[in-house]
Amino acid sequence: MTEKIITKTEVEYVAKLAKLELSEEQKELFSKQLNDILSFFAKLKELDTEQIEPAFHSHITHSTNHFHEDIPKPSLAQEVVLNLTEHKQDGYFQVPKIL
Amino acid sequence: MPTNMENKEQKGINMQLNKLTAIDYLEMVKNRKISVEQVILSLFHQIDKVDKILKAYLKVNRDKALLEAKKIDKKLKNNEEISPLAGLPIAIKDIICTEGMETTCGSKILRGFIPPYDATVIKKIKEAGGIIIGKTNMDEFAMGSSNENSAFQVTLNPWDITRVPGGSSGGSAAAVAADEALVALGTDTGGSVRLPASFCGIIGIKPTYGRISRYGVISYASSLDQVGILSKRVKDAALLMKIISGYDALDSTSADIAVPDFLASCQDGIEDLKIGVPQEFFQSGLDIEVKERVLEAIDKISKLGSQIERTSLPNIEYALPAYYLIAMAEASSNLARYDGVQYGLRIEDNGTLEDMYTKTRSTGLGAEVIRRIMLGTYALSSGYYDDYYLKAQKVRTVIKQDFDHIFQKFDLLLCPTSPIPAFKVGERISDPLTMYLTDAYTLPVNLAGLPALSMNCGFTKKDNLPIGLQIIGRYFEEDKILRVAYNLERQLAEINRTKPNLSFSDSLKDGSS
Repeated sequence: MTEKIITKTEVEYVAKLAKLELSEEQKELFSKQLNDILSFFAKLKELDTEQIEPAFHSHITHSTNHFHEDIPKPSLAQEVVLNLTEHKQDGYFQVPKIL
Repeated sequence: MPTNMENKEQKGINMQLNKLTAIDYLEMVKNRKISVEQVILSLFHQIDKVDKILKAYLKVNRDKALLEAKKIDKKLKNNEEISPLAGLPIAIKDIICTEGMETTCGSKILRGFIPPYDATVIKKIKEAGGIIIGKTNMDEFAMGSSNENSAFQVTLNPWDITRVPGGSSGGSAAAVAADEALVALGTDTGGSVRLPASFCGIIGIKPTYGRISRYGVISYASSLDQVGILSKRVKDAALLMKIISGYDALDSTSADIAVPDFLASCQDGIEDLKIGVPQEFFQSGLDIEVKERVLEAIDKISKLGSQIERTSLPNIEYALPAYYLIAMAEASSNLARYDGVQYGLRIEDNGTLEDMYTKTRSTGLGAEVIRRIMLGTYALSSGYYDDYYLKAQKVRTVIKQDFDHIFQKFDLLLCPTSPIPAFKVGERISDPLTMYLTDAYTLPVNLAGLPALSMNCGFTKKDNLPIGLQIIGRYFEEDKILRVAYNLERQLAEINRTKPNLSFSDSLKDGSS
């Protein structure tokens, strides 16, 4: 079985994708742990799934989505939602400079 | 006739009321034998006594719970119509949003988050007259099997305080087992209700995917998550199931299927049932005492008249890797929302928006959560998607087909809830893969979306630790699961009487008898 071994560089790349910043220690530890876990996951390759459909296109217990009429209903008031943060201005969320 | 429950003498703390089952509570409150306030005070007394050590609660809702209790007591006194739950005190896992009450999900990133609305299950409980007595500890974002991943505290097992209560709903399980709550809600993504129920010697039910609304329940892995109930007795779980189940337009995965009277279904016999015992759950890795007690319980069910046969789930060994890949992939997507912008923690460092996202997430999320986000991101990333995520979804279909196949023949399946009883604090936390293996017997049920219950079926001789029997049912047939569980429970009088020894609290005043 060929196993994808995740390198420290790949760990850094994945962290970047996930918007996470890792310390050097974490990078070392995660490289090792992620390798162990991924080698264990590679067990799945033993099972022939050539003719099998993936499970994600329908809910597992009932095959249809529930839709409701497109009628606007009241949602949480703007001030209630903005109360969840100190970082706001003129009815907007305030964030640091984007670039 | 109403008794003189407002009488000052009777307002004192009754040492036994915290030990009531939910069914007995309702009976006694509705017959005016006890007041809601007495029960709440008795629970607070127990919490004060044992929770400094057990650490099951993150927050106790003291003032509001007492206020609610007094309101209901007044209604009782005035002979007004009483709601179905009549003030029943319920502990809530801190993953479920409670309006005006901090909801952290066991994470620093949500510290101080006060939801502006109630989850549908909370709304239903409040409408039925239940009282929220507190929010219970959990593994951060429900990721863990021991409660050691909480960002705030480690809950201990009431049966042995050197051991874990199981996870991730470990706070809810410990609170019920130690009589700090009459009943509790948890959530179960891969066993998070059933495993702690097993480790703490109580009932834990995870209903069919779609049975209970997840609106307002913080998402971990949306195709697997389901709300569940932890209780002392089967009928308590049946009672709560009836209250919180049902279609909810606010959850697009909610099933529009009639909710039976689960309490009534407990009453019937079990002679008509065909039950399978999948042999794969009794092979290597299973603790010998767990095996013995579970086989004894199966024998008792057989004597009650059910027809029991060995059966097989041939691909079950592939369930664990498939489950973790899917759960981690979904988690990496669900947890992308914690970016510091709208609520929760924000770390700014005079940098850009991007820096804020990264600093907030890296500071606010714990090691296991980061590990799962990393693995999930990797499994979904370009080049690896087919090998990991797509493969796991195909294996999920195979697992579901295996269950569908044997459920053509059987009404229910029986097996252990966990291969081992509660393990020691610190024993597994440094090795993530070993920790994941704890869920091997519970997570296949989530992959297939089936309902299942764990109940105590005995104790290890060596350490006197509870052992869980798992009963798995067909889609939306929780009634049959509850029926078998209740029939078995009636045969287990001595086990039911056995309570954890909470003598660690004896140094404090009013040591328990």
